[in-house]
Amino acid sequence: METGFNMANIARAMPEMYLAGAICFVLLVDVFFGEKRRGLTPTLTLLVLAVGAALTLLYANLPGREFLFHGQYVSDPLAVMLKLFGFLVAAIGLLYSRDYLQRRDMNRGEYYVLVLTALLGVFVIVSANSLLTVYIGVELLALSVYAIVAFDRQSGIAAEAAMKYFVLGAMASGVLLYGMSMIYGLTGTLALDELAQMASGTPSLGVTFGLVFIVVAVAFKFGAAPFHMWLPDVYHGAPTAVTTFISTVPQIAYFALAFRLLSFGMSGVAEYWQDMLAIVAVLSLVLGNLVAIAQTNMKRMLAYSTIGNVGFILLGFVAGNLQGHEAALYYTVAYVIMALGSFGVVLLLSRTGFEADELDHFRGLHARDPLAAAVMAILMFSTAGIPPFVGFWAKFNILQALWLDGHVALIIVAAAVSIIGLFYYLRVVKLMYFDAPDGLPAAQSGQGGVRLTLALNALAVVALASCQTCCCSLWRGLSASVSHRLNGSHFPPSSFILVGSVAGWSSLAARRAHNPKVVGSNPTPATNFPGISLGRLLLLPRSSISVPRSLRAFAAVDRYDGPRYECGLRTQ
Amino acid sequence: MLVEGLFYLFATILVASAIGLIVARNPVYSALLLVLCFFTSASIWLLIEAEFLAVVLVLVYVGAVMVLFLFVVMMLDINVEEMRRGFTRYAWVGWLTAFVVIVQIVGLVAARRLGVDVTQGMVPLPADYSNTAHLGRVLYTEYLYPFELAAILLLVAIIGAISLTMRRRRASRSKMWPGKSPPCVTSACGW
Repeated sequence: METGFNMANIARAMPEMYLAGAICFVLLVDVFFGEKRRGLTPTLTLLVLAVGAALTLLYANLPGREFLFHGQYVSDPLAVMLKLFGFLVAAIGLLYSRDYLQRRDMNRGEYYVLVLTALLGVFVIVSANSLLTVYIGVELLALSVYAIVAFDRQSGIAAEAAMKYFVLGAMASGVLLYGMSMIYGLTGTLALDELAQMASGTPSLGVTFGLVFIVVAVAFKFGAAPFHMWLPDVYHGAPTAVTTFISTVPQIAYFALAFRLLSFGMSGVAEYWQDMLAIVAVLSLVLGNLVAIAQTNMKRMLAYSTIGNVGFILLGFVAGNLQGHEAALYYTVAYVIMALGSFGVVLLLSRTGFEADELDHFRGLHARDPLAAAVMAILMFSTAGIPPFVGFWAKFNILQALWLDGHVALIIVAAAVSIIGLFYYLRVVKLMYFDAPDGLPAAQSGQGGVRLTLALNALAVVALASCQTCCCSLWRGLSASVSHRLNGSHFPPSSFILVGSVAGWSSLAARRAHNPKVVGSNPTPATNFPGISLGRLLLLPRSSISVPRSLRAFAAVDRYDGPRYECGLRTQ
Repeated sequence: MLVEGLFYLFATILVASAIGLIVARNPVYSALLLVLCFFTSASIWLLIEAEFLAVVLVLVYVGAVMVLFLFVVMMLDINVEEMRRGFTRYAWVGWLTAFVVIVQIVGLVAARRLGVDVTQGMVPLPADYSNTAHLGRVLYTEYLYPFELAAILLLVAIIGAISLTMRRRRASRSKMWPGKSPPCVTSACGW
């Protein structure tokens, strides 16, 4: 009887096997020594992540695609790359949040164990080749994340967030499972590679039905627009350290979820789910970018920004060609790096009893903490999609892929909402550089390592953009899996899009600059920031968190008025 | 013939104990009658050669879940009258559910009468076939990877439940739930 694995190819599953063992190890060490030596578990966890990355590189980094464990598991260069990235992002996220956790009495060993199990869930999704494995990975990730969202037991708002997340997440899991069971019932296979052949052509009613459920579940996990309700509350309610984690590492898994389930398993009926995803993507783009304008809370604003960015990632899947998937991958990686840095700055600025998560708390940050302000400014410019940074190239790649596939309407929507999105990203920059600090606390000393990492994080945004072309050709090799769907396409008239978007941005900037009322009403020349001329070009209205009157209506769509619930029960 | 006789015997006990479970006034009796239900259901499963399910039902439900139920029922001071207050108000939901289930069962039986044999094509397995052995073999070869992951999933559930409910400081507990013990998060969330 075939055993399914031998010692030669089982090494490819090294990341998962190692991580499962390491989780038990960290758990045991924490049980026996964690109480006496508080710093032991965090350090050990970072060490575990570093060793994991090294082992992945040593053993799992093999060319080609191979199926293990009777086809339940797939190992390919894409999986290896995403796992290495997962190790890195988890480690940096923990490094940023260490101080925060200590100050809030959350520095318990369980937190680190749950982060590691969530990472294992991510890996399982990344390497899944069966509906069963996908589902277990999703649950492993979700259960760990529910628990760490509620980890700060003093916080009622965190408990509320966790409760909402849990209830809605459980429903989404049910929806996913329902869709999977329909697909399984009608095709008779759980393996995604077999599914790709079984479900092709015009799908039967049952397969379409299952497909709808799967797309809904994927959109929910991403936090895409009609299924985004949980996301702002969870990002806002969770402790900032947890928000940092859930906005970064799981995104890798959700990209893989969409890739493995839809692009790979459901590739036979691609045109059906692409239409569904297109609607979801457009809704996310519009809603995320418009509602973000109305936010006064940094975490909540970044949550809506996530919804907008998810729209872009999904557009990559809508394009459906190899470029589209590459662009989605590139966008995911770029977005994760930018989100990591943005939340890292919020973490760095928070003090005991001071969360630093309101936009007002960023007033005059340049005067108080130049490094944090510079890092935040770079990240905001990048997320907004301003040319020299990686965020621009990420958006550009998506638009290029859409152009290749002929989705002109989608390109117009995406470009338009990017320009709208400029407003709230640049508002943060304006608050940091052109407003007075107003007695907000000065930078605290120490945390040299965190500051250095943050600076490197911001540099990565620049560096990734400069080697964009080489990265892209690298990933082209990595994601060769979709090549069977690719029909040879020539290079696009990309300069057209480049010129168009630059023209759009500059015309907007010029209008701002030439509006005498705007410039005249801003008497704060203030800082000796070298890039001040650029800042002036993109100057925003005076009143700091002003929302254009026409957009006030969106304030009513979503405004969080502090904790209304405690532990899921209405208190008053 | 013997099998049919045994089936009717077990079925009678099952129905009787299920009725007793509902009408018993003492919750401990109800719990014990539910154990009896599980035992007789397991016997019926044995009759249709589903021996693995039968064993698991006894081991998991009788051995673990019901023991936990009994503990909870005995430890907590349940006010039976208060529990029964909403019973008549929501009785119509119960009747509706019962009606739907009855219609489904009748439909299934009637389908056979009408000539649609739902068991068509099912072949009895040979006498030496053991579905326990088969399940075990599949579980530890073909489904080894998801099986191990499911074990880790359970570990995560335990860690999560403990880290959320275990409180080192007693003061915060009395503030949150004055005069009561904290609700059991583990069972409330269905973990």
